[in-house]
This record gives sequence, C-alpha cells and structure tokens, in this order.
Amino acid sequence: MKKWLLNWRLFSLFSLMALLLAGCGKPFLSTLQPAGEVADMQYNLMLLSTAIMVFVIAVVTIIFVYVVIRFRQRKGQENKIPKQVEGSHKLEIIWTVIPILLLIILAVPTVSYTFKLADVKPMNKEKRDKDVVVVNVRANLYWWEFEYPDYGVVTSQDLVVPTDERVYFNLKASDVKHSFWIPAVGGKMDTNTDNKNQFWLEFDSKRAEEAGGIFYGKCAELCGPSHALMDFKVKAVSRAEFDQWIEKMQNAKPVASTDPVVKQGEEIFNKSCIGCHAVTPVDKRPEQARTAPNLANFADRERIAGILEHNEENLKEWLRDPEKIKPGNKMTDTYGKLTEEQIDALTKYLMTLKVE
Amino acid sequence: MHIEEKLTPETFPAEPEKATLEGKNKFLGFWFFLGGETVLFASLFATYLALKDSVAGGPTSEELFKMPLVFVATMLLLTSSLTSVYAMYHMKNFDFKKMQLWLGVTVLLGAAFLALEIYEFNEYVHEGFKFSTSAFSSAFYTLVGTHGAHVTFGLLWILTLMIRNAKRGLNLYNAPKFYVASLYWHFIDVVWVFIFTVVYLMGMVG
Amino acid sequence: MSTLARKKGVGAVIWDYLTTVDHKKIAILYLIAGGIFFLLGGLEALVIRIQLAVPNNDFISAGFYNEVLTMHGTTMIFLAAMPLVFAMMNAVVPIQIGARDVAFPFLNALGFWLFFFGGVFLNLSWFLGGAPDAGWTSYASLSLASPTHGIDFYVLGLQISGLGTLIGGINFLVTIINMRAPGMTYMRMPMFTWATFVTSALILFAFPPLTVGLIFMMMDRLFGGNFFDPALGGNTIIWEHLFWIFGHPEVYILVLPAFGIFSEIFATFSRKRLFGYSSMVFATVLIGFLGFMVWAHHMFTVGLGPIANAIFAVATMAIAVPTGVKIFNWLFTMWGGNIRFTTPMMYAVAFIPSFVIGGVTGVMNATAAADYQYHDSYFVVAHFHYVIVGGVVFALLAGAHYWWPKMFGKMLDEKLGKVTFWLFFIGFHLTFFIQHFLGLMGMPRRVFTFLPGQGFETGNLISTVGAFFMAAATVVLLANVVITTVKGKRVGADPWGDGRTLEWAVSSPAPEYNFAQIPLVRGLDAYWIEKMEGKKGLTPAEPLGDIHMPNPSFLPFVISLGLFIAALGFLYNQDYAWGKWVGIVGLLVTLGAMFLRSVIDDHGFHIHKEEIMEAEKKGAGA
Repeated sequence: MKKWLLNWRLFSLFSLMALLLAGCGKPFLSTLQPAGEVADMQYNLMLLSTAIMVFVIAVVTIIFVYVVIRFRQRKGQENKIPKQVEGSHKLEIIWTVIPILLLIILAVPTVSYTFKLADVKPMNKEKRDKDVVVVNVRANLYWWEFEYPDYGVVTSQDLVVPTDERVYFNLKASDVKHSFWIPAVGGKMDTNTDNKNQFWLEFDSKRAEEAGGIFYGKCAELCGPSHALMDFKVKAVSRAEFDQWIEKMQNAKPVASTDPVVKQGEEIFNKSCIGCHAVTPVDKRPEQARTAPNLANFADRERIAGILEHNEENLKEWLRDPEKIKPGNKMTDTYGKLTEEQIDALTKYLMTLKVE
Repeated sequence: MHIEEKLTPETFPAEPEKATLEGKNKFLGFWFFLGGETVLFASLFATYLALKDSVAGGPTSEELFKMPLVFVATMLLLTSSLTSVYAMYHMKNFDFKKMQLWLGVTVLLGAAFLALEIYEFNEYVHEGFKFSTSAFSSAFYTLVGTHGAHVTFGLLWILTLMIRNAKRGLNLYNAPKFYVASLYWHFIDVVWVFIFTVVYLMGMVG
Repeated sequence: MSTLARKKGVGAVIWDYLTTVDHKKIAILYLIAGGIFFLLGGLEALVIRIQLAVPNNDFISAGFYNEVLTMHGTTMIFLAAMPLVFAMMNAVVPIQIGARDVAFPFLNALGFWLFFFGGVFLNLSWFLGGAPDAGWTSYASLSLASPTHGIDFYVLGLQISGLGTLIGGINFLVTIINMRAPGMTYMRMPMFTWATFVTSALILFAFPPLTVGLIFMMMDRLFGGNFFDPALGGNTIIWEHLFWIFGHPEVYILVLPAFGIFSEIFATFSRKRLFGYSSMVFATVLIGFLGFMVWAHHMFTVGLGPIANAIFAVATMAIAVPTGVKIFNWLFTMWGGNIRFTTPMMYAVAFIPSFVIGGVTGVMNATAAADYQYHDSYFVVAHFHYVIVGGVVFALLAGAHYWWPKMFGKMLDEKLGKVTFWLFFIGFHLTFFIQHFLGLMGMPRRVFTFLPGQGFETGNLISTVGAFFMAAATVVLLANVVITTVKGKRVGADPWGDGRTLEWAVSSPAPEYNFAQIPLVRGLDAYWIEKMEGKKGLTPAEPLGDIHMPNPSFLPFVISLGLFIAALGFLYNQDYAWGKWVGIVGLLVTLGAMFLRSVIDDHGFHIHKEEIMEAEKKGAGA
C-alpha cells in the first residue's frame, strides 16, 4: 500500500506541474487574471476564501494523516479492543467555535461586496448624468445585441466600452434565459425572459491592453444546442476612442460602392436578408422587430458568427450552411439556396459594412 | 388486542384508531402524509399569490368572483367537517349505524359542494375565463381544482369504506381506516378555509 | 403459507420479487434497478467526457449532447443515487432498530415500483423522439421552448418516481418512530438510522414543491397552462424557486445517508464507538433544518437583489459548521482506535479529504459576490461532483461492500474491492480536481464543445482520462459481484467480526422475519454491548412465538403500471385523439388497483413457532 501512496503523490505532483504550465488561463478570459474593479473584488474574495479553506484542509489533513498512520492495526493487535470514548465537550466546542469565527471573517466582505456590486443607482437616476454609459444587453438564441440608449446606437456581437469607468448594463433575454458573463472583467448576471436585470462592470485600461484590448464574453446559462458557441467579444477602449466610435456609429452612412460585385451583393442582401438584419446602427425599430444581429459595422467585427476567425472564407462557410457552424440557430432556412456566385457577392458586400 | 377480534361496546377501546400497531402506523403515517400535502398546497398558494394579478387582459378576480355562491359552498364544506366529527364520535362509542348516518350526511354535503364548484367553474368558462386565458387563470384553476380533486377523492374514499363495511360493522381493522378518512376530510376543509380567504376574500377586495 | 426454505423455479422467483413486500427483497430490487441506472448514467458521463476530450470535437452533435447531459444528471440523482440510498435504508434500517419489517410493507413495494416505472418511462424518451435536453434543472424558458417530447417524459416520469420517493420517506419516518425494539430510545439509534430519519423528513417536505413545479410545467406543455409564459403573465423564476426549494434539500437527502453509512463504517473498523454521538445527531438534524433555508444560493445571478443574496449567502455558510463538526468527530472516532483497512474503510478514509474539498468549495460558492464568477462554470461542476461522488457515491460503494454479506450472505472479494477503490479514487480526483481550474479560467458548464486557444485543452483531456479510470473501476466492481455470486462462500452473522449494531446479530442474509425474538436494546451499539459481555446473541424482549407477516401483493406493480400507462397517454394528448383515452384508462387501472387494495381484507399470515425454531437452527449453522 505504501508504494501506492508514493505513486499517488508523484502523480499529484505531476498534475500540479501540468497545471502551472497551463498557467492560470488566458488574460482575456480567466477570472484568475482580473481586469477591472468587479473582477478584482471577486478575485480578492476568492483569495480570502481559498486561504481560509486551505487552512481548514491543512488542519484536517494533518490530523487525518496522523490518525491513519498512527492508529492503523499493527501485527499482533488483531484482538485489541481500544477504549470506547464517548466524546469530548471541550474538543467539540473548539471545532464548532473556530469555524464560526472563520466564517464571520468571510461573511463580512461577502455581504459588503454583494451590496457594492449591486449598486446601480447612477443609471437609474431620474436625470442620468451625461457621461454615464448605459448598455442594454439583449440575449437571443446564440447572438447578443448591445444597444446604447443614450446615443441611439445599436450593435451586436462586439460590445464596445470605455475603460476606467463604471459601465452600467440592463440585461434581458428575448427568447429563452441566457446569462451574460465576461470572466476576466466580472461575474455574470442572468438575462431573464420575465424582467430586466441591472449591474455594472469596470474595464481597466492597463490590463485591457495586456489582454490585447479584447475580452471574451460567454453565455453561461444552457440555452439550447449552440449554447457553447454563444460567445461575444468586448472591445475596451479609452473614453475618447469610445466617444469617437459612438459618433461614427451615429453618423454612419451607407457607402455607395462602384464595384458591380458589391452592388450585386447588396441587391441579394436587400432581397433576402434585410427583413431581419439592419445595416444602419441607428435602428429605430422596436426590439421585437430586431430579430437578427445588426450588421452596420460587420466588417469591423472580431469574429464571424461570434466564433470563427473574421475572414471571407469563414463568412462564405457560414452563409453556405449556418446549421453546420451553429446548430439550432435561427438563420438556417430563412433564405433560399444561394449559388457560389451569390455567396461571393454577398460576402464582398458584407465586408464593406464598416464605420471605422 | 387482536385485529379481527369481535368486539362489544364494552371491549371496544377508547381510541380504536390507535389500538393496534397497524392502526398506530396508519395514524402517524397519515399525519406525515398531510404534512407533505400541506407543503404541496403551500407551493400552490405561493404561486397563486405571485400570479394573481397577471391577468394578461383576461377577467380579473374582482370581475369574476361572486360572494353568495362561494359563501354557500364554504358553509357546506364546513358543515360536512362538523358532521364527520359526529361520525367519529359515534365510531368511538361503537355505534356503527350512527357513524354511517353521519358519514352519509358528510358525503352528501361534500357532493353538494363539489356540484357548486363545477357550476362555478362552468360559469367562469362561459365568461371567457378559461384555463389558458392567463397566468392568473392557470394558477386559479390549478389551486382550486387540486382542492376539488381532493374533495372528489375523499368522497369516493369515504363511500368505498361505507359500502365495504356496511354489513360487518366496526372492528379494529377498519376503525383506523374510517379515522384517517375523516382526517383527510378535515384537511380538505382546512385547505378550503385558506382558499376562501386567500383566493376569494382577497380576490374580491383586490 | 410460509415461504421459508422452499426451492423455487425461475418463474416463481420472478413472481416472488414482483409481489414481495419484504424490505430485504425490496432492498435488492432497489439495488439492482438503481445499479442499472447508475451504469446508464455512467455511460452517459463517458460520452460527455469523450466529446469534451479535445476542442471542436464532433463525437456527438450539439443537440444530442444536451440530451446526454440532461439524462446524465437526471438519471444519477433521481434514478441512481436516490434508489441506491433507498436500497441501503431498506436493507439495514429495520434490522438496525430491531424491527421485523417497515411500518407499511405494501407501500414500501409501491414506492419501489413507482420509482422503477418512472425511471423506465423517463428512459423511454431515448426511443420515442428524443430525451429531455434542458439540463436536469430544466429551467422553464428553455424547457418550454424544447420542441421534442423529451421534457414531457421528464415531467411525467419524475412525477411518478417522485411519488414513490415520497411514499418511501413517510414509510421510514413511521417505521423509525413506531417500530423500534424495546430499549431502542432515540439516542440509542445507530447513526445510519438517524440519518435515514432526517432524510425521510427532508423527502417529505422537499418533494411536494418539485411535484408542484412539475405539475405546472406539465400544464404549460400539455394542457395550455401559462405559468411560465411571460407573454400571458407567467413567470419562469417561479420554476427556479420551486425546483431549488426541492433541489437543495435533495443534496442533503443524498448526503445525510452517506454520512450515516460512513459513521457506521468508521466506528466498526476503528473498533470504537462513534465519537461525540450526541453532537453527531444534533449536527444531522441541524443540517437537515438549514438545508431548507438556503435554496436561493443556486440563484445568486438571477437578480434577486443584494439583500436576498446576502441573507442566503450567510445562511449557506452556516451549514459548514455542523458539517465540520461531523468531519472532526469522524477523525476522532479513528483517533485511538484500532483501524482495519477493509474496502469499506478505504472508501470512508478517502471520503474525508475528498468531501472536505467539496465542502470548502461549497463555502466558496456561498460567498455571493464571488459566486457571480463561479456560477454555472466548471467550478460548480467540480464542486458538486466532489460532494456527490466524493460523498454520496463513495458512501454507496462503501455501503455496498460493507452490507453485501448482510444482503446476499457472501462477502465481496476484498482484493478486487481494493482495486476498485484505487481505480475509482484516482479516477475521481483526476476527473474533477482540474475542473475547478477550468471553471476559474472561464469555461462555462453545459457546453457541448470548446474552441481551441482558450486554455481549456489540457484540463479537459486530463479530466477525460480520469473518467476512464472510474469506468475501469466499475468494470472491476461488476466482475467482483459476478465472481462473488458464483464462487463466494456463505458467511455468518458478523462476517467483519467487528459489527456493533443489530443487523450483525442476525444471520446473513437475515431470515424473512428478521428476529425470531424481538431483542431488548441496552444501549448504543446494542450488539457490541452483548459481545463485550461475552454473550453469543441478543437479550430477547419476548418469548418465542408465532410471527405475524404481511401478505405479498401484485397490486403495487399494477398501481404503478397504471400511472405509467396514464403518463404515456397524456404525453400524446395533443398529438393523437387516443392520447387522452389511454391516459384515462391508465388512471382507471391505478384507481381500480387502489380500490381493490381498499376492499380486500389483508390480515397477513403467521409463521409458526416450530418453523422458526427449525430455521434458526439452520441459520446458526450457516
């Protein structure tokens, strides 16, 4: 048995090393590399609770190892009957009181942070301060819509936010329940079908830069076959850049292209796609009518369909058979079969949709 | 005391429902069952309260509920609870005939209550308040309907016991059965008191 | 009428089991049925792990993955863990309290058959258009949107099997209150009996909310209800509340019996009485009580507001205290003992560090603000597998090895048992430890695949390798069962040699009537006391006499079958005209069988004194 134990220890050592090699995940995705005020608070709480818990585990392990080795049956003791002990009030009080104290140490910051994270007063003031950024997040089967109500701008899939200030979110779902999560920047909140949830996040400029300026966002509530693929991206930019971007979005005008292929693509788009997809960021229709991602700045996006590398090949792949890429999506079978030529044209056209 | 023993008023125990181990088990087990039923109805009530204003354009409780009808129904059920107490009183006194009589009255009152409820539901449906009209309607019919299903089951149960034992009278084998059936009936009655208060009274004042 | 010592053909044996009301045979039924569902759930787990072994895997499709994932959770909780716990309870508790049977033998059988038909019904979905695919929690908006009949199978199947569980719970409550042998006061009850008692109370109060939730969902999906349809005023959060008001106590319903099993094993193989017995009892009751106060910690991210979140966070942390008390009491039970590392004891010993990890990550999850990060990530997956596998499954495996001789009269092979243990132990930690980190690194749970380049590759591969270790352990266990059944030697009443509680005082397996004479209990660890005083058997509390036994009955099977038919009919209510009628016929079958049960007198039968004396002579020789 000892040999087994030794092997096991070696094995644990190796798996620990493997863990270290894998690092603590990616800076654009990992909760262990927090990149904002909220994630910091949560990371601190994690560290505190982990410290307490490791202490508990250590105490238990020490007693455990001692007991298991010291009191195992030895040769010649097969018939020994140990003393039958009823218990010990002193000991029992000790291991009731100490955990209570440890939990109080943990409970205080937990409660305090819980309230801090729920502080959304600035977004609900009757007259909101001009520079408070509010984003309405609407989760849909496998895509995200981000509306900036104060600026009259709608976009989707890529969330653009200013750094170093609190950004406030209204969260809801239009079909089934989803959950809005940007792990590196802060814990999640559900998007319900029945009500609107609110919370805030803060994106740290320095650490955003270290993470490459882009954070990964995820859907964290099972919502159907493509739940795993319901990713979005967050571009964290300085306040000045953010204001510029908003301005560009507000003033975006369709560019009349001279390229006949692009023209052909536009025609196809206007025939087959525009019923669901808008191509202007100032989309005044009610949200029920906005049944598909807004494509106004499609060419500026990070990913095709939220997951594929952003290039023409992948876009064509997506247009050919969306079902293959995101099973259960709502776009499949809403348009007729496209010829390769039509797909080329459509691709060319879509790649002209940009504001930057 | 043996279960099949022929008994006389003198040898009949004071608490016939708990005189045998089987009886004791039944008695206790049924109380636990009622505990579970209480949680069941509590969940139904909580949901009803959460949804009672979600009328989705359909009729509201103020528009629907009619006091006289519900009041009569309540009186019928309360009285039936009382008559079942009489029945148990006579059971303990080993007076089988009177017990049967009072159980019969209980069943009649219960049936009348049920008839009124069916009439009431029928009225509502005619007024455009169907099960699938709104969240409120679903919650209403499920809560009150579950109670109605309990009444129906209770009636069938008591009737079965009355008919099955009509010829052979009381013994320690069937006494616990009558007793728990009457417990069930009281429970139904208590639930109705809550329905009357929470659904109807609160529904009429809004 | 007596069935003692009679040779029977295969058909007769099957009929015997279909109609039995004997708690020991019902235990075996639970063990077999629960075991089969456990294998099924394990197979589903393997499919999940294979799919997640590498990024962008296409071993199975996304939709099918969701079905497998849902059925894995549902099967493991409702159809494997619960019935296996019931198998242990049925096999042991009546004997531990010195009773001849449970309070309601008929209902005991009914409980089993309801569970069984519910489970079969649920699994029929695989063949009839697709399994449920909204997760074992089946959150309302997604489950209402699910296009196949899968969710209907879930809703109806769980109602049937839930009814069976509820009946089982009431049965054990009454059994433990009313059927204890003379001298078996509450504070002399073995810890497993105490755990069963508290668990049964939890079942009684936790299952009705689930039933109500399932009824609502059934109404919405099949009969035009609007409970969860926001367009008509419904509210999906109601489902979440009802589900978790059931769902959290459910964790304790599973884990308290596990604690009970380990308490027995620690005491037995340390050869010491349980340390701090009274505080153990108190802790069990307290855990059961607090278990109802904390359900909303599963809903921290739903948006209930900071006040609710803070209250539920602190309440949840409080549960760590009684749980900690238990851990230390177990450690100090071993302290100063004479520890024998038998297979059950290996599981018990391994349980402590494993479960402590599951427990402390539970406290981490309780810190609401940080839980916004953990929630619905692989961290949570790791946490609850540490609790359910490291706690409950370890306990069930330990209990199976420990009580196998009592149930079947033969010892499982110890060597193979230890091989099973090591494979399972290593596989378990390999699979789930790494998942904590995957979650913290940003991997959401319930994903059918993951994209490369997010740092999830290594962790997932390790996890999959671990799953195969557990699969190998299961294969060895099955081989052990087969070998033992074929070749094992019959053992006597106390095969471990250190039995402390009453079940080790009767022959293995126990005779139909358990005790020829009901024993007089003179303290905690009743059998141990007698042994230490040098006595061979128990002190009887009654003279030898005829023993009254309940009649076997086929009606529990019929009642359950009726509900099965009814559920099948109502499932197709909206598709076919016959649906409704089949449903009504099914209900009539059930009601008819209940009617028969009510009108046919059932006074049981007697085993005569002479037969008992003969059987006891044989049993003592075995």
